[in-house]
Amino acid sequence: MSELTAAQRVAIARHPQRPNITDYIDALFTDFFEQKGDRLCGEDGAVLGGVALYHGRPVTVIGTRKGKTLEENLNCNFGMPNPEGYRKALRLMRQAEKFRRPIFTFIDTSGAYPGLEAEERGQGEAIARNLMEMSQLTVPVIAVITGEGNSGGALALGVGDRVLMLENAVYAILSPEGFATILWKDASRHEEACDLMKLTAPDLLRLGVIDDIIPEPEGGAHLAPAIALRQVDRAISRHLAELDSESGKSLVAARYQKFRKMGAAAPEKENP
Amino acid sequence: MNDIFAKRRARLLAMKAIRDNYIPGDKLVSCPHCGQESERKAVAEGLSVCPKCGYHWPLGAYYRLSTILDPGSFRELHPRLPAGDPLSFPGYRTKLESSQRKTGLTEAAVTATGAIGGRRCVVGVLDSRFLMGSMSAAVGEKITLAIEFATKNKLPLILFAASGGARMQEGILSLMQMAKTSAALARFSEKGLLYISVLTDPTTGGVTASFASLGDIILAEPGALIGFAGPRVIQQTIGETLPEGFQRSEFQMEHGFVDAVVPRTEMRDTLARLLRLHEKGGRQ
Ligand SMILES: [Zn+2]
Repeated sequence: MSELTAAQRVAIARHPQRPNITDYIDALFTDFFEQKGDRLCGEDGAVLGGVALYHGRPVTVIGTRKGKTLEENLNCNFGMPNPEGYRKALRLMRQAEKFRRPIFTFIDTSGAYPGLEAEERGQGEAIARNLMEMSQLTVPVIAVITGEGNSGGALALGVGDRVLMLENAVYAILSPEGFATILWKDASRHEEACDLMKLTAPDLLRLGVIDDIIPEPEGGAHLAPAIALRQVDRAISRHLAELDSESGKSLVAARYQKFRKMGAAAPEKENP
Repeated sequence: MNDIFAKRRARLLAMKAIRDNYIPGDKLVSCPHCGQESERKAVAEGLSVCPKCGYHWPLGAYYRLSTILDPGSFRELHPRLPAGDPLSFPGYRTKLESSQRKTGLTEAAVTATGAIGGRRCVVGVLDSRFLMGSMSAAVGEKITLAIEFATKNKLPLILFAASGGARMQEGILSLMQMAKTSAALARFSEKGLLYISVLTDPTTGGVTASFASLGDIILAEPGALIGFAGPRVIQQTIGETLPEGFQRSEFQMEHGFVDAVVPRTEMRDTLARLLRLHEKGGRQ
């Protein structure tokens, strides 16, 4: 693996030509049928989802969508979902469980949209509900962080049996700029923040937050997309094969333990 | 024997509560909301609610517990669970230590078992004086342990949220506490048990987007700021000033995210009533 700085990886993760959800769907899946709407009040273009075939087998695919051109960016709110996006994702995940389909999520978002209407319609509740319900899904869930995974807005699609990251993807509590603003009231210190935040794939693997790193072509996935897409295909099919042998009950139990351990203190004997 | 211990526990909570119930100012305290001055004694006796305008001062965790639990029923869970510095973040240890000195707490959460109106329950309280009640790994762990304790012992659960959001210095591990606490609540809920979430000022960020929003019943203290994104961030994003009362308890109730706004003076009775109404909970 190349010796890139955390800040360089952030730049690669945000590269506009980096493969995005549409590229993944085109390259890895066939017969994709897009499902729109949360069945409550709206449709959110920042989340794309539907049913498709993965190596001939029905699966549910969900991902955040940023778009590559300005027009696309505007149509999908630069990949920042509103509550409807998360609620649509939850609807599709429940459906995947009903039809016993594995779920793939592809995450690339600078975060949930911090808008007035998003708040009115319960952005916090929508994210919380996804976290709670994803933890109980009895079908395999594989989450792939492909670009930027920021905040609860990324985690709301990220409660997987496997959480995979592309080599130059980043995953963090918020953007380095936001981090520097909150901590030092100085967004220009974002490069310093990148180093302290432990947001790169190798750091997160060490911390036990992710399960595997998907290698990228030298210099980043945008330089050789076909190779990157093939690597992602290889990784998700390998992990899916491992999960296929598990019962729904044992998937739920193992998923619980996986997140349960994150940031757990050393076991303490106490009898209240 | 048990009686002596109960008395001792009651005294201990009372002592910690006194330390918590401190509002700066001499004989008079001035309200940050209406600006009017009131007798310190009157404010303290009125559960730190402004006698003039009803503003609710933030409460320390132990004091909060003393206002709702039956005397002598308090028993703290995991009091020695330590604060951590999982990312070895520069300057963070010092920050933790000074918060610990200032508040007498080890972290921003206190969890306990106790009784309300004679009914046993598990109660967790976040304390906004400790680094804004932000979600650290230790806070997430303590809340999760409390949820698991309630699940195992088939007890109703009450969590008081007060949080500025994520603990920046713990980065991604702070984020993961959202998944951890929410997953624990899913298991708790499966058992048919009651979870009451009480939102107090402020409840924002990762706490809103996890356990605070997942109550079977969600109560809020009057006038509390409740939201996912903070008002400043929203204002910057949309470039407009926010309407009066935006993201306050009453607004959240109007928009369908809070069952009832409950003044502090009625909180204990309301909780007792809700516990009574759910008495037959717990699937076998
Ligand atoms: Zn007042």
